[in-house]
Amino acid sequence: MLRLIARRLALGVLVALTVMTLAFLLTRLSGDLAVSIAGPQATQADVEIVRKAYGLDRPLYVQFFAWTGRAMVGDFGQSYFFKDSVANLIQKRLPITLTLGLVGLSLALLISLPLGILAALRENTWIDRGVTLFTMVGQAVPSFWLALILMIVLGLQLGILPISGTGTWQHFVMPGIVLAFTAIPALTRLTRSGMIEAMASDYIRTARAKGLSRARIIFKHALRNAAIPVVSIAAVQLGFMLGGSIVIETVFALHGVGYLGWESIAKNDFPVVQAVVLVLAVFYIGLTLLADILNALLDPRLRTG
Amino acid sequence: MSEPIAIQAPQPSSIGSSRIGAAGFAIGIAIVALVVAAALVGNALVPQDPFTQDLGNRLKPPFWMEGTQPGHWLGTDQLGRDYLARLVYGARISLLIGIMTVITSGLIGITLGVLGGFFGGRVDDFVLFAITTRLSIPVVLVALAVVGLMGSGLGLVVATLGLLLWDRFAVVARATTMQVRNHDYVSAAWCAGASMPHILIKEILPNIASHLAVVATLEMALAILLEAALSFLGLGVPPPLPSWGLMIAEGKDYMFFSPWVIMIPGAALAVLVLGINLVGDGLRNLLGAERLR
Repeated sequence: MLRLIARRLALGVLVALTVMTLAFLLTRLSGDLAVSIAGPQATQADVEIVRKAYGLDRPLYVQFFAWTGRAMVGDFGQSYFFKDSVANLIQKRLPITLTLGLVGLSLALLISLPLGILAALRENTWIDRGVTLFTMVGQAVPSFWLALILMIVLGLQLGILPISGTGTWQHFVMPGIVLAFTAIPALTRLTRSGMIEAMASDYIRTARAKGLSRARIIFKHALRNAAIPVVSIAAVQLGFMLGGSIVIETVFALHGVGYLGWESIAKNDFPVVQAVVLVLAVFYIGLTLLADILNALLDPRLRTG
Repeated sequence: MSEPIAIQAPQPSSIGSSRIGAAGFAIGIAIVALVVAAALVGNALVPQDPFTQDLGNRLKPPFWMEGTQPGHWLGTDQLGRDYLARLVYGARISLLIGIMTVITSGLIGITLGVLGGFFGGRVDDFVLFAITTRLSIPVVLVALAVVGLMGSGLGLVVATLGLLLWDRFAVVARATTMQVRNHDYVSAAWCAGASMPHILIKEILPNIASHLAVVATLEMALAILLEAALSFLGLGVPPPLPSWGLMIAEGKDYMFFSPWVIMIPGAALAVLVLGINLVGDGLRNLLGAERLR
């Protein structure tokens, strides 16, 4: 068990370092950064001043190691646009993205667990087909489009929720619903297939033979086993959702890390872009690590590593 | 050691076959055929030009609403351009991006997956590491950053999405290659003196192709949705090209008074993606009979 965790941790660190390198290279893709920072009206002399001021005249590997070294201790440099340290900016925005992620995940689980269980217990009936159709449609609807529809219906026509912005808890409801929708199809299908597999297993037959009540069989025996993959996948899903929240945060002008990423891309603010990519990747890596550990804890068969 | 859960993790829609059945498959094929037909001959059939502006006829509603303009079946956009002409032109962009992205990401993912699954050992360790790293990279953010830094354009969107969406190809190619590499026909090819490339291309690939076809439909749907999202955020296909995502972005400012400007392209996107997914599901059911042991 400990060996498993140690190996996963080492893998996670290695992946994080690779992502760091990629994030650095990504922002150097545009060719000459000094030109893009200085802006279209800048003269050659201005560009040279910018190049010196931002240390872009140094060789690439020097810039890379300087950035990596400081990033390790949480110093991501200064933002060009926001005139603040990148670490500060991210610290301010992170709670919003995490809140959104947790709201989205909770909503997704609240909807997909009952739906998946229902579909599994009524396998091959119209209820099951309806649930499948729902997941297929949910998968096809673009999240930003769903967001706009909710704005029109809940925001304008019914007037019960604010259309955009950050501030009160109401601002998290619509983005949370949209984010939940990105995870519901996968989680529902997973719950359904896990439940069907569990209901067909030998221990359920034994439980039935012992004369246990149906509710007890479903919730005590089958669900416990079906929930193992769902719980660990939910952690991985949360990682995907945090990474994918950029579109939703931008549509709703919710000032989280994703929105920060979009703003800084639009402003060529590359220290922020690098840091946001890295932070979201580290969250994903951490959450998958957690998923692996949860999986091992919940399923004794995997504990041997 | 078991594989990291992220790799076993069924990413959206890759789990289980659905019970939509043959009817779903037929509907899926019909939808995709319709969109392909619209992309190929649509602009020849629609008399209006998708780029001609007519500022006197801005935001005219479609045929089922009051105040509609004859000749503009789906109305006009904020610059008076015919919405139907733009919609069928947009089908070309979505399909082109979907197909090109699948070809690019398929080449990368299948190569990595087959090599890892066939050779195992160090090669496989590297492939697993590459997949894990790729999965931890936030796709939308990185795609936005690349397009934002290098300039928008169709080719760049395809290249970016192709370089980002190969993970599922690799996961499936790797797993299926592992299953078929020990089959008798592979050993027979070895004994017959076949070369390594021959075995990989002539023996392994045809036997995992059906699984890869299912992945291709899923990735195509995902690429189309991602292109729409990038264009919606203003960093995908540049205007005046009528990408469906861009049409939604342009209509956003008018959606409270003329909701159909976002409803029409959004519905087109959802229907196309649903159609592609139904085809993928149908393929999976069809091939399920000869599933690998």
